[in-house]
Amino acid sequence: MSSVIEVAGLEKRYPGVVANHDVNLRVTKGTIHAVIGENGAGKSTLMKALYGMVKPDKGTIAVEGVIQSFRGPQDAIAAGIGMVHQHFMLADNATVLENVILGSEPKKFGIAIDFELARSRFTEIVDQYGLAIDPDALVGELSVGGRQRVEIAKVLFRGANILILDEPTAVLVPQEVDELFGNLKYLTERGLTILFISHKLQEVLEVSSFITVMRQGTTVASLNPLDTTAKELAELMVGRQLPQARPTESHVGSKRVLDIHGASYRPGGGREALKNISLSLNVGEILGIAGVEGNGQTELVEMILGIIKPDEGSFTVLGKDGLKSTTRAIRDSGVGYIPQDRSRDALLLPEPLWANRILGHQATPPMAKGIWVNKGQAQIDSERIVREYDVRTPSIKVAAAALSGGNQQKFIVGREMAKNPELLVAAQPTRGVDVGAQSIIWDQLLLAKEAGAGVLLVSADLDELFALSDRIAVIFSGEIVAQFSPSETTPELLGLAMTGAKTS
Amino acid sequence: MNRSRIFWGIAAPVSAIAVSLLLASGILLLQGASPVGTFQLLFSYGFQPRNIVSELNQASAYYLAGIAAAIGFKMLLFNIGIDGQYRLAVFFAAVVGGAVSLPPVLHVLLIIVVAATVGGAWAAISGFLRVKYGVSEVISSIMLNFIAAGLVSYMLNPNRLGFQAEGSQNVSTPAIPESGWLPTIEVAGGRLYLFIFFAALVGVGYWILITKTVFGFNLRATGISFRAALSSGVNAPRMVLLTMVLSGATAGLVGVGTLLSDTHNYSLAFPSGYALTGLALALLGRNHPVGIAFAAFFWAFLERSAGILDLNGIPTEIVTMMQGTIVISIVVAYELIRRLNLRQQQAAVGSHQEESKEDDK
Repeated sequence: MSSVIEVAGLEKRYPGVVANHDVNLRVTKGTIHAVIGENGAGKSTLMKALYGMVKPDKGTIAVEGVIQSFRGPQDAIAAGIGMVHQHFMLADNATVLENVILGSEPKKFGIAIDFELARSRFTEIVDQYGLAIDPDALVGELSVGGRQRVEIAKVLFRGANILILDEPTAVLVPQEVDELFGNLKYLTERGLTILFISHKLQEVLEVSSFITVMRQGTTVASLNPLDTTAKELAELMVGRQLPQARPTESHVGSKRVLDIHGASYRPGGGREALKNISLSLNVGEILGIAGVEGNGQTELVEMILGIIKPDEGSFTVLGKDGLKSTTRAIRDSGVGYIPQDRSRDALLLPEPLWANRILGHQATPPMAKGIWVNKGQAQIDSERIVREYDVRTPSIKVAAAALSGGNQQKFIVGREMAKNPELLVAAQPTRGVDVGAQSIIWDQLLLAKEAGAGVLLVSADLDELFALSDRIAVIFSGEIVAQFSPSETTPELLGLAMTGAKTS
Repeated sequence: MNRSRIFWGIAAPVSAIAVSLLLASGILLLQGASPVGTFQLLFSYGFQPRNIVSELNQASAYYLAGIAAAIGFKMLLFNIGIDGQYRLAVFFAAVVGGAVSLPPVLHVLLIIVVAATVGGAWAAISGFLRVKYGVSEVISSIMLNFIAAGLVSYMLNPNRLGFQAEGSQNVSTPAIPESGWLPTIEVAGGRLYLFIFFAALVGVGYWILITKTVFGFNLRATGISFRAALSSGVNAPRMVLLTMVLSGATAGLVGVGTLLSDTHNYSLAFPSGYALTGLALALLGRNHPVGIAFAAFFWAFLERSAGILDLNGIPTEIVTMMQGTIVISIVVAYELIRRLNLRQQQAAVGSHQEESKEDDK
C-alpha cells in the first residue's frame, strides 16, 4: 500500500497558541481516511496546511512521495489536492456548470469560454464518479446535499485526486449523509483518496477505512475502525472519560414560565419560518428542542426573546404578553439568554470581559445605578464568574475576543446565571466548547432547573438532549413535529423525527 | 498593560506627524526651500501669542466638529453631514437670535439651543433614512449637505430672511442685538471667545455620556455589534437614530462661537469643510476628548501659520499635504496597534492557560 499523503512532525504556532505540534499522518491511496477530534484539537489547522492555506513552522508534507512546500492553495491543487469547505463557496444565481468551471474555465481562442468543452468534461466527470447533478440547474435551487455534490464536482474538475472534506455531514440530514457516503465510496473505488474531517463518531466508524485521532494540537492515535468503538474514540478525543450529566430527579412544577399558542412567523412575508407552534414550559423543567440546524430554532428563540414578533398566534413569557413586550422588558423580567452565535449575539468582542458582564443586564441593578453603569460592581462580579466558572483568563481586563470559545461560553453562562433566571433560553450552549466547559455548562443547566427555573434547551446534540431534558420537542421546517419523553424514545426515533417523518 | 496603552496612544500620532514632516521636507527640498527654515518659520509665527489666541478660537470650532464625528464613530456611523448640519444650524441660530430681544444670558442660551436643535433635526433625517430604509448615512448626508447649502443661499436674500445694508453688496442675516453676544477675553493682544469653555464642556459631557452612562453603553454596544445590542434588549435602531441626532446637535454648535463673539450675523463668509476636518480630527484624537482637543489645536495652528509661508514664496499647500499625510499615517498606525494589542492579549491568555494546565497536573 502506498501513502499518497505523509505528514511528519508538523508544527504550527500562532501567538499564544500551539495549533499543531508533532502531527503525523499517513494516508493510503484509495481509502477514506477520517481525522477526528474536538473543536480546537487542530484538525482545521492540519487541513489548511495540507491545502496550502497556512505555512507550517516545522515538519514536512509529502504528496505521492514528493516533499512539498505549498505557497498557496494553487500549489496544493497542482499537486492534486482539493478541498470541499464546510461552508459552500458557490454563486446561487449561476448554474451548476458555471459554478464548476468558475476560475478554471477552458478557453477558446484564449479569451472566450469554451462551454462545449466544459460541458463534455463535466459530463465525463459526473458519469465517471457517479455524481447525479444537472449542469443547467441553478445552484440556488439545489438541496444542501446537491450543493455539496457541486462542490465535489468543482474540485474534481480541477483534477484533484485527493479530496479533503471539512465536516461534510454537519449540514446534511441523515438521508443526504447516506447519499454522500455512497458517493465517497464510489470515488475511492475509482482510485481517489478522501480525507474526511468529522467529530461524529458513528459516521466515522461507518464510512472510513482508517481513523486518526487528534487532541490538543497533536495526533494521538491511528486506528482501524474494525478494532475500536465509539466510546474508545470519544475518550481518545478528550483524553479522559466523557462528561456524564449527573442524574437528577424530576423537579417539574405546575407554574408556567413559557406558553406559546399557534405562533407562525413569515420573514418578509415569505416562506414560513415558524408554523403554528404551540409549546409550554413549566418551572423546574428542561424542555429540549431537537432539530437539524436551520429548521426554525433561531426564529423560535428570537421570538421568545422579543427580537422578532410572530405574524400569528400569541405567547406569554413569565406571565407577560410576549406580543406587547420589548426584549428589554422580557429580559428584565427574569429571562437568561445564551444565544447560539456567542461572538455575534452575546459578546462585545473588542470590549474587556467586565464590560461584557454588563451586556444584557445594563438596565437594572446591580449593573446599573440609575443612569450610570456600575463599573465597580461589574468588575467584582466578573472576578466572581471567572473564579466560580473556571474561566481561563489572566485578567478581567482582556478583550473578550482574546478568549477561547469554551472560556467565552463559561463566562456567558456565569453572567446569565448571576440573576437566578426564572426562564433560561440556551441555544446550542455547548457547541464548539471543550469537554471541561461542557460539563460545567451541563451542571449549571441542571442547577438552574433544580433552583426552579424553566430551561429551554435548543440543541442539535442528541446526547445532550437525552442527558438533560425532561421533555424533547422536535422541530422540523418550522413546525413541532413530535414531542417525546426521553425515557420513551431512542436516538434513532428522534433522529427520524428530525428528518420530518411523522412518528407520533 | 495600561501604561503601554498610553505609550502607544501617544506614539502613534507623534510618529504620524513625524512621517508628514519627512514628506513635507522632501517636497520642500524639491522646491529648493530649506525644510528646517520653513518649519522654524511656521513655528515662530504660529506660536506668536496673538496667533495662539486666534488658533484657539478656530480650534474650538474644529473641536466641536471632531466631537460630532467621534459620536458618530462610536456607532460606526460616518457623519459626513456635519457641514450641512453646522451651516443650517448657525443660519437659523442667527435668524432667531436677530429676531428676538431677551435678557443677556437667556438670549445667548436660546441661540445655542436653536443651533443644537436645528443641527440635530437635520441629522435626524439621515438617521431616519438609515434606520427605516437602510440608506447609508454617508450618501444621504452628502446630499443633505448640498440641500442645506442651497436652502441657506435661498433664504439669505433681502426679500426673505436676509438683510442688506444700504450701499453694501453683502447679504447677511439681521444683526443679533448685544444681549445675544458672548463677551471675549482680552488676552495677549487677541480676543479669546468665551465659547471655547462651552466647547470644552461639550467634550467632557461627551466622554461622561459614552463611558459612564447606560445610554453610552447601549450606544457603544450597538456600534460594536448590532445583533448583540438587540439580544441584550437595546432598541438598536432607536440608538442609531439618537446617535445621529446627538452628532448633528454637536455639529450644530460648530459655528456658534464665531456668531456669538465675532460676526453677530450669518453671511456666506462662514467657511465650509468642517465635515472632513471633523472626521480627520476624531481619527487623529482617537475619539478621545483630550486627543481631539490636541488635534484641533494642531490643525488650527497649521492653518494659521501657513499664512506666513506665502509671504516667503513657499506654497501654503504644503500644509494641506501635511494634514493629509498625518491622517493616512494615523489610520495605519492605529490599525497596527489594534492588532498588536489583540495579539498581546491572546498571548497572555495562552500562557495563562498553559500555566493553569500545569497546575491541573
